[in-house]
Amino acid sequence: MEQTWKQAKAAFAAIAVPPIAWLFLFFLVPMAVIWAYSFGENTGPITIDLTGTFANYVRALEPLYLQIFWKSLIVAGITTLLCLIIGFPVALAIAFATPKMKSWLLLLIMLPFWTNLLIRTFALIAVLREQGYVNFALEWLWNNASGFMTLVGLQPLGEYEPLTLLYNNTAVIIGLVYVHLPFMVLPLYSALDRMDRSLMEASLDLGAGHLRTIWSVVVPLAAPGIASGILITFIPALGAYLTPDLLGGTDSQMIANVIERQFKRANDWPFGAALSFLLMYLTFIAIAAQAFIQRKSERRG
Amino acid sequence: MTDAPVSSAPSNAPSPKPTPHVKDNAIIRFEGITKRFGKMVAVDNVTLDIREGEFFALLGPSGCGKTTLLRMLAGFESPTEGRILIDGKDVASLPPNKRPVNMVFQSYAVFPHMKVSDNVAYGLKMDGVDGGEIKRRVDEALELVKLGGLGVRMPDQLSGGQRQRVALARALVKRPRVLLLDEPLSALDAKLRDQMRSELTSLQEKVGITFIMVTHDQDEALAIATRCAVMNRGVLTQVASPGDLYEFPNSRFVADFVGSVNMFEGVLEKDEPNEAQVRCPELGAPVYLDHGVTGARGSTVWVALRPEKIEMHKRAEGSTAMKMEDAPAGTNVVPGVIRDIVYLGSETNYEIELEGGRRVKTFRSNLTRYDQEDFTWDEPVWLAWHACSPAVLLS
Ligand SMILES: Nc1ncnc2c1ncn2[C@@H]1O[C@H](COP(=O)(O)OP(=O)(O)O)[C@@H](O)[C@H]1O
Ligand SMILES: [Mg+2]
Repeated sequence: MEQTWKQAKAAFAAIAVPPIAWLFLFFLVPMAVIWAYSFGENTGPITIDLTGTFANYVRALEPLYLQIFWKSLIVAGITTLLCLIIGFPVALAIAFATPKMKSWLLLLIMLPFWTNLLIRTFALIAVLREQGYVNFALEWLWNNASGFMTLVGLQPLGEYEPLTLLYNNTAVIIGLVYVHLPFMVLPLYSALDRMDRSLMEASLDLGAGHLRTIWSVVVPLAAPGIASGILITFIPALGAYLTPDLLGGTDSQMIANVIERQFKRANDWPFGAALSFLLMYLTFIAIAAQAFIQRKSERRG
Repeated sequence: MTDAPVSSAPSNAPSPKPTPHVKDNAIIRFEGITKRFGKMVAVDNVTLDIREGEFFALLGPSGCGKTTLLRMLAGFESPTEGRILIDGKDVASLPPNKRPVNMVFQSYAVFPHMKVSDNVAYGLKMDGVDGGEIKRRVDEALELVKLGGLGVRMPDQLSGGQRQRVALARALVKRPRVLLLDEPLSALDAKLRDQMRSELTSLQEKVGITFIMVTHDQDEALAIATRCAVMNRGVLTQVASPGDLYEFPNSRFVADFVGSVNMFEGVLEKDEPNEAQVRCPELGAPVYLDHGVTGARGSTVWVALRPEKIEMHKRAEGSTAMKMEDAPAGTNVVPGVIRDIVYLGSETNYEIELEGGRRVKTFRSNLTRYDQEDFTWDEPVWLAWHACSPAVLLS
């Protein structure tokens, strides 16, 4: 089958050339242009001279920007970790659900993908703001607790102070976890669903409890799925733009927000390009690390 | 289920294999076990005792519920109805990790991310056995299954047969009360399968643990087990020693499933304590039996005749009337013509067409190197069998 495909060179070319051309024209060429800009200088409002300078990179490595890179890594890291902690039990539950339940649960996980990110983020604002559902619920609990204290003759709790859940780093992380959870759950689910059930049964049969089985058998065998889940969550979280922009405070900006400002408000394309490529190199490092783990576990069978 | 065979056992019943290690107590007892998956009944009201020290086989066609029964014993499925007792105690409330049984899975389920020795040590670690003791017992178990020295290997560096031995060692090292084996030989090639058969038998005798094996291969069950249960569509059909199962099947299903058989439908014409007669239209002659049949006269019965129990004799062309000098001592003689011959080396299988057109199988051992030339295609023959050979089945 494969052989005959390769032999029919014309047919193969007819099918392979358009996507390759597409990739070249609309991905590689623009990327190359931006990459070239990163070695250029602004000489006028819309003119850029490609002078081959490294000044943009030197500036990008100033403490101010390094700090934002570092912070983005931390925020993306925490987001990924939380997604893993929440996503693993969810994926496990879906993998072990009855076939009918499974389709419904997967649908629920996918549903947010079909809704615009902007709408979802504003909806989250409606939930988290001081006049939002979370605070309403907490206030209701607070007032009831307060009423109960008066009832038993204690000092009431006083006025409810709404929690500030928006426009800070916590809000950014809540938002990022909310947005990226499906990215974590789906690869984990596919790894867990493919796993040979008899391995888990063998572990139980040999005297291990459920938690022990998950730790000693399920997690090691799902490692490639966990690694790809981490990668596929970490990369978009690292480059997140809309969530920190809408949910974050003045100190919550991430690297993508800085890049955006260079391209738009500051109109400094060369510097924005340099920052973009530094971000991309970080991404490549993450992908390489994941490929390394993948290969190691494949060699193990 | 455990009904006495319909044909009352005559004196030539096969003597059972000597089993000094089998005790009288029921180590496992299934009491009216039924398992339904939705509307589908996978196991139907099974009641069965398995004695301590037995090598017990659950035999039946694929999908008949053998694995389900085994999984209920291990604790992976819970019965819809009925009780399972291990050593007289109801195990309904025990999860798999608390039951004194261990399982060798059909897929072996060897942990791919652990060394062989870690696989074998896994169950001991869970039991909190201390390090030195674990090492000693792991080495001993690997030695037992002839994998000594392979402890450092990863499972993907082993052959299928070796992986199975790891699964065996891993289960045996825990010294379970009962070892469960699900189709242990089905994934091995023919040569290895034969070798593993005898190894499993001697292993079981050596460790003295009760083995329960699930298989769809009747040869395997007959060769290994001390006792077999035959299942059909979730129902336990017969429980007997391999010899009794083969020689005294209690139903058409068992007769047909275990070994090869010629089955004739007939009507019971005569039924006395010491003889019986069945009229079989397909056979063209009545079947005489030298023992009684506990069935009502005039009822429909089935005569099951094993091919190797039919003798074949030369017959002069055209002579179809039964003459005693043509046939040797034996009550049953019918004429036929050889239509097919399959030479298998140690024996030859013949297909003989009777006068009514019905074909009958018979096997002959090739006792001398010139045997197979005796009979040839389209040769007229007499088929003869002893009056004690056929089994008469009521269902
Ligand atoms: N978990 C299950 N859910 C639904 N049906 C099942 C399940 N396990 C087994 N069955 C059904 O029960 C029947 C018996 O299966 P099984 O015990 O595996 O048969 P065997 O081992 O004799 O081949 C089969 O028809 C099978 O499809
Ligand atoms: Mg099975």
